[in-house]
This record gives sequence, structure tokens and C-alpha cells, in this order.
Amino acid sequence: MGELIAFYLLAGIAVATALAMVITRNAVHSALFLVLNLVVVAVFYLLLGAPFVAMVQIAVYAGAVMVLFLFVIMMLGAERVGGTTGLRWQVPLAGALGAALIGGTLFAFLRAPAGLAPVGSPPVPFGDPAAIGERLLTTYVLPFEITSVLLLIAMIGAVVLARDSGPEGK
Amino acid sequence: MLQGYAVVGLYLLLSFALLGVVLLLWWFLRPKKPNPLKLETYECGVQTVGDAWVQFRAQYYIFALIFVLFDVEAVFLFPWAVAYNQLGLYAVIEMALFLLLLLGGLLYAWRKGALEWA
Repeated sequence: MGELIAFYLLAGIAVATALAMVITRNAVHSALFLVLNLVVVAVFYLLLGAPFVAMVQIAVYAGAVMVLFLFVIMMLGAERVGGTTGLRWQVPLAGALGAALIGGTLFAFLRAPAGLAPVGSPPVPFGDPAAIGERLLTTYVLPFEITSVLLLIAMIGAVVLARDSGPEGK
Repeated sequence: MLQGYAVVGLYLLLSFALLGVVLLLWWFLRPKKPNPLKLETYECGVQTVGDAWVQFRAQYYIFALIFVLFDVEAVFLFPWAVAYNQLGLYAVIEMALFLLLLLGGLLYAWRKGALEWA
């Protein structure tokens, strides 16, 4: 019962912060609302009994990635998005796509009520770091190593870009 | 386990509520006589110039990006450290490969002077 109350409370906060993020005119405020939203999602992971996933969510997404977002916003000086920027067909297109998404979701739920049945509970140490580590280094070892190559490429790309765009080129 | 988190959540709520109560109390108690001099950023000292919303330098971006990369690396280290006992030497080699590749990136960034504040 308490879990249900906590869920609805958090779900309300998550939806509110997501809406606020879209509605706010100031891009920096938008980014900060997104941080709040990501933190609430991390609490959802905690409620699901996956503390490791929650900590990763906070450390990587709410922490590092959002710092990057904020720096990019401040670097571009894009914190004040004008009211009428963008393309003319953007608003109707967004409305139509949003309506299609809601309609599709409703259709799927109404057509297959089985989709609403509770899913079987996850394995007990869900998102357990030991289990993740074992899978990561055995079954998924190739994607894991490719990730390091991807990170390397990102780092080199960033260095090259910053050297070219900076006023002082080494 | 969830009960433990409930205690944390309650503590969090209580601390926010206490903060709100204190701020509200001060709002009622304090005298309110604003004047232009009092509302300045620094009551005495340098005059402030311009806006707080200024453009950042591109160099901050590099530091943030490198921080993200090493954050991801650190996150990968946790499950590795826990699963280490079951996997042995194989895991050490895998992780060494992973770390060496990223170390190469760090050395590249270092050599190119990306870590220096020019």
C-alpha cells in the first residue's frame, strides 16, 4: 500500500517535471527540470529493488550527461529560446504525432487487455552488480569492449573539435 | 529493504519541510524596507557589469565530455569488481584491455593539450 502511494506521488512528480521541462522557455531551466525528472526515475529503480541501476542513473545521467548538456547550452548561449523560433509546420506536425502516439497506445491497451496484466516479478537480486558484471564479462564481452572503443572515439572527436573551434589552436 | 528507503524518503521530506517552515517564519518576522542600494549584488565593492547569463567558453565542454567518459568507465568498474572473484584472470585481462583503450584516449587528449587551461 505504501509502495503504491509512493509510486503515484513519484509518478506525479515525474510527469510534472517532464511537462515543466517542455514548457519552460529558458533552456537552462529546462535542463534542470530534466535533472529532477531523471532523479525521480532513479527513485523508481530503487522502488523496483535495483539500487545499482539507480546509482548509475544518478551518476551518469543526472550527473555527468546533464553537466554536459548545461555546458553545451551555456556555450551556445541558447538559454533564451524565442517564442516563435522553429519551422512553421513544426507545431501541427508535433500535435499530429503526439495524437498518433496516444491513439496507438490506447488502441494497443484496449485491444489486448492482457497487456495490462501484471508481469511476473523480476529475479530477486534484480540489477545486482555481481550478476551484471558476470554477464558483462562473459556473454556480452564483445559489446563491452566495443564500448571502450566508442568512448575512445568520442574522446578523440571532442579533442579534435575543440582544437579546431577554439580561438587558440595549440 | 523498501522500509529502509521509506525512512530515507521521510527524512528527506522532513528536512525540506523544516527548511520551508524556517523560511516562512523569517518571511513573517523580518522587517521589509528595500531600497536600491540594499538590493545591489555587492553592497560595497565593485559595481556589477552586465548579465549573469553569459556565454561559456568551449573549453568547459571538453572537460565535461571527458568527465562523462570516465564516469561511464567508473560505472563499469563496479560490476567488474564484484564479479571478479568468480571470473579470475579472464576478467582481469578483459578489464585491462578496456582500461588501456581509454588510457590511450586520455594520453591523446593530454598530448594534444586538451587538459591545459589555455
